[in-house]
Order: sequence, then C-alpha cells, then structure tokens
Amino acid sequence: MSKITIPFGPQHPALKEPENFMLVLEGEQISGATINLGYNHRGMEKAAEDRTYIQNLYLIERVCGICSHSHTTCYITNVEELAKAEVPQRALAIRTLFGELERVHSHLLWLGVAGYEMGFETLFMYTWRDREQVLDCLELLSGNRVHYSINTIGGVRRDITAEQKAEVKKRIKYLEERTQYYIKLATGEPTVLARTQDVGRLPYDVAIERGAVGPTARASGVARDVRKDDPYLIYSQLDFKVITHNTNDVFGRLVVRALELVESYKLIHQILDGLPEGPIAVKVPWKLPAGEAVNHYEAPRGEDIHYLKANGTDKPERLKVRAPTLANLQSVAYMLEGGWLADVPLVIAAIDPCMSCTDRAAVWNPEKGRTEVYSWEEMRKLGIEHYKRRGVDFGRL
Amino acid sequence: MKIPAKVFSEVITHLFKKPATTAYPFEKAKLFPNYRGRIDFDSPKCIGCQICVRVCPAKAIEIPLSAHQPPAAAPAEGQPAAAAKKKFDCIMKLDHCVFCAQCVESCPKKALLMTQDFELASVNRKELRRHYK
Ligand code: SF4
Ligand code: SF4
Repeated sequence: MSKITIPFGPQHPALKEPENFMLVLEGEQISGATINLGYNHRGMEKAAEDRTYIQNLYLIERVCGICSHSHTTCYITNVEELAKAEVPQRALAIRTLFGELERVHSHLLWLGVAGYEMGFETLFMYTWRDREQVLDCLELLSGNRVHYSINTIGGVRRDITAEQKAEVKKRIKYLEERTQYYIKLATGEPTVLARTQDVGRLPYDVAIERGAVGPTARASGVARDVRKDDPYLIYSQLDFKVITHNTNDVFGRLVVRALELVESYKLIHQILDGLPEGPIAVKVPWKLPAGEAVNHYEAPRGEDIHYLKANGTDKPERLKVRAPTLANLQSVAYMLEGGWLADVPLVIAAIDPCMSCTDRAAVWNPEKGRTEVYSWEEMRKLGIEHYKRRGVDFGRL
Repeated sequence: MKIPAKVFSEVITHLFKKPATTAYPFEKAKLFPNYRGRIDFDSPKCIGCQICVRVCPAKAIEIPLSAHQPPAAAPAEGQPAAAAKKKFDCIMKLDHCVFCAQCVESCPKKALLMTQDFELASVNRKELRRHYK
C-alpha cells in the first residue's frame, strides 16, 4: 500500500494547544510519527533573566496554567537553597497541600478530557462539574482558582484558618464519593474499555528507554515518583502509595490517574490533620549569593526539573525549565506507531500534554520600529478583509 | 456480556437536580472573601517609596507625584517649618496587572488595597488605565 504523510496540527480540533505531528499513514494505520514543537515559544527563560527573583515567581507560575504551583515550588526551592533559607514547617505543609489539591484538579481535568476524546461526553461534564469543588478550595485558600500565587520566597503568603480547613475537608469528602463512582464507571463501562484497551501501547522497557515520566510511566509499570524516590517538602512524613498499572495502554493511564486521586485525598486529609503550628514565612534577602541549584518536583504530569544559576545580584543569570510533557513526547511517537489514525487524539491526550497557553495580539512593525496593538474594531476589520480576499463575506454579521 | 451505558441511571437522577452552573451575569457571582481583584489606592498613606513599582512583575503600577501638592502646614511656635508631606498618585494599568497582589503585600504603609472587583473587561483601552488621585 502506498504511504502518505499527513500533518496533524498545529491547528487541529483535537489539540488544545498548537503542536505538529507528521503522521505517515498506510491506509488507516500509522507507520511513523515525528513531532515538531516550538509553536508556543514565549521566551520565558530569557525573560526571567531581567526580572528579580520575586517578580520571576509570577512569571514562572505562568509557564503552565494547570501546574502553576509545581513550577513555582520547584523554582522557589532552588532560590531558597541558594539563599540558605530555613523555610518553616508550616509553610512546607501548606505547599504540599496545594501540590496535592493541584494534582486533584489536574487529574479530574484529565479524566474529563479523556472522556471527551473517547466520545464519552457525560464523563467530561460530570468530572468537570466536580472539579469545581477543588477549584473552589483553591480559591478559598489562596484567592485565585488557577494562579494561586501561594508561594513566596521564604514561605507561603496566606495561612489556613480552622474554618477553611473544615470547608476543604467537606469538599474533599464529596469528591471522594464521586471519585469512587468514576472509578467504577471508567473500569466497568464497556464503551470505555473498548475505546482505551490496547490503544497507545508503551511497554515497560520502552518507557524506561524513552524516559517517560509521571502517570505515563507508572501505567507501564515503572514505579517512578519523585515524591517517593527523592522526597521533598513534607512527603517523607506522609503515608501514600505509588500507583502503578501494567496494561501499558491508555486504559492503564486512566486507572493510574483515577487511583492517584484517591491517594491525593488521603494526603490532603493527613496534611490538614497534622498541620504544624508556627510562622508561615521567613525573610529572605533580595540578592542571592552566586551559585547553582537543580531541583525536581512531581507535577501532576510527571517530573518537572528546574535549574537556576545566580550571580550575586537580585536577578538570576540563567533559569532552565524542563516540563514533564517534553519528557513524555518521545513516548508519544512510539505509542502512535502501529496505531490507527482515529486513536491519535486519544493517545496524545493520554499523556496529558501541556504545551503552554495563548499569546496576545501584539504585532511588531519593523517599518515603524514599534509594537502595535490592535483594538477590537481593527481586529474585526482585519478579519473581515482577510476572509473577503478568500471569497467569504462576514461583513454582514 | 457487559451491558454498556450504565451511566444512564446517573444521568436520569441528574434530571431532577438543580443545575450546577450559576446564572451569572444575571445573578451576582459568588466570590470567596479574599479573592484577588483590582488593586485600590489610598493616596494619603503613600510615601512614594516605589517599592510596589519595583516588585510588580507586570510593570502595571506607577507612583508619580501628584500635580497638586497640599500646602505645608503652618509652622508651630518656635519650631522650624516642617516640609509638607508630598502627595502621590497611582496609575494602575489593568491590562498589565496580573492580580497577584504582591504590591499590596510589599507596601510598607498599606497604601494599596486589594478589592474583590473583577468585572474589569473593556473594549476601550483607555479605560484600562486607571488614574487614582
Ligand atoms: S497586583 Fe501584581 S501585577 Fe498588579 S499591580 Fe500589584 S504587583 Fe503589579
Ligand atoms: S509601596 Fe506603598 S508607600 Fe511605597 S510607593 Fe507604593 S503605594 Fe506608596
């Protein structure tokens, strides 16, 4: 059969963020896949070099809209390590709590997206409705649903009161019940099984070879979790299991994430019950002594690595971020090969990819040598003209 | 054989439940008390130290001297004339601000206040540049 190469993305209804997959097809079957990245480069690492450490906190938070706490915590651990700051136990516990709440909201989001990609939209609607509970917890504690900004250099910014504690526990109780139902539904429903079993296979040795991380690796039987392997924050004092599964397919990734939710609820209760007393932050000087630090963190999608080089000023000399999706993309190329074209969106979604977020419409005009920002009216005019040239008239709308 | 569509019974029970969504904007949105919204400014408290400008990650805030300065207080008997306290304005660029409230936290005089005001969208860019006097 003759081979044909088709591009999947960068703009594709099944992709939430721009990224390009060149798929070599033989009929409906994929015989090769290459991944092209770089559609969402925002120059954040460079931007970090001319911001102070405290300003960078808010920049780094925006590396990802879902794991915002993971990135800042990883970054701030580097900063505190260089500053030799003793972060109070209570602050570390609150950071851990946010880490787990974030994992819950991220995994519920994924469960919804996976349901959506399978064509099981009921699951999508229900999980996203219930996800509001954990988003409310985050807003209650930090003041925002997505960019919590709870971290500050030397500790956390907001304390947790007894009422807040009770409210969070109440909402987590509700989620526990719902999650049990989703686990039953997702593992027993024949439509889910038919759609996910033996799709996007990633055997144990390939997962190791390609350096898969997070739930993607754990669903291939690789018990790899930074929280256990190299405990940070207060994870060494907490009791939890590393969930693995050995079906090596999308179904395994679903089960791993669903069971991790249960572990996270357990952790949240443990942290809230044993919240140490004491201050929530210490003062850290603006300038850091010269040095280097590397740290890793188990984000909902896998291991996140940050590298920081300080040069004695109040700004970093170099910051490097390795997000978990980058580590998992090599595995996606393998998972797609030999599969069917119709499974592509599901296989890609199964690693829970997170490319990055949108950009604003600022245009650099080299003739005038300045940046121009389009107003709403201009933007509309531009769009109408663009489509007119292609023979479609939207002017009447 | 396994029977598909087990979720149906759940779907049916949901037909009789209240919707999970709210009727915003027809109803007031429910916010938690320490939600981070627009930053407000209390001019008499500000000493013009510019710390907020330095910590702002988004270059969203400026603290210029006010155009009209209050006159110096009449010097007290036997004392040297005290300089008038300078008055400062605040320019808040809402299209730059990321609502992190770091400025509020860093201000030594509590001249910046966090409000729960979040309905700030506008198609007119000028409205996004607020000048607090
Ligand atoms: S809230 Fe944050 S972004 Fe907005 S002015 Fe204050 S420091 Fe700047
Ligand atoms: S930090 Fe406070 S006192 Fe200093 S300039 Fe800003 S608003 Fe004024």
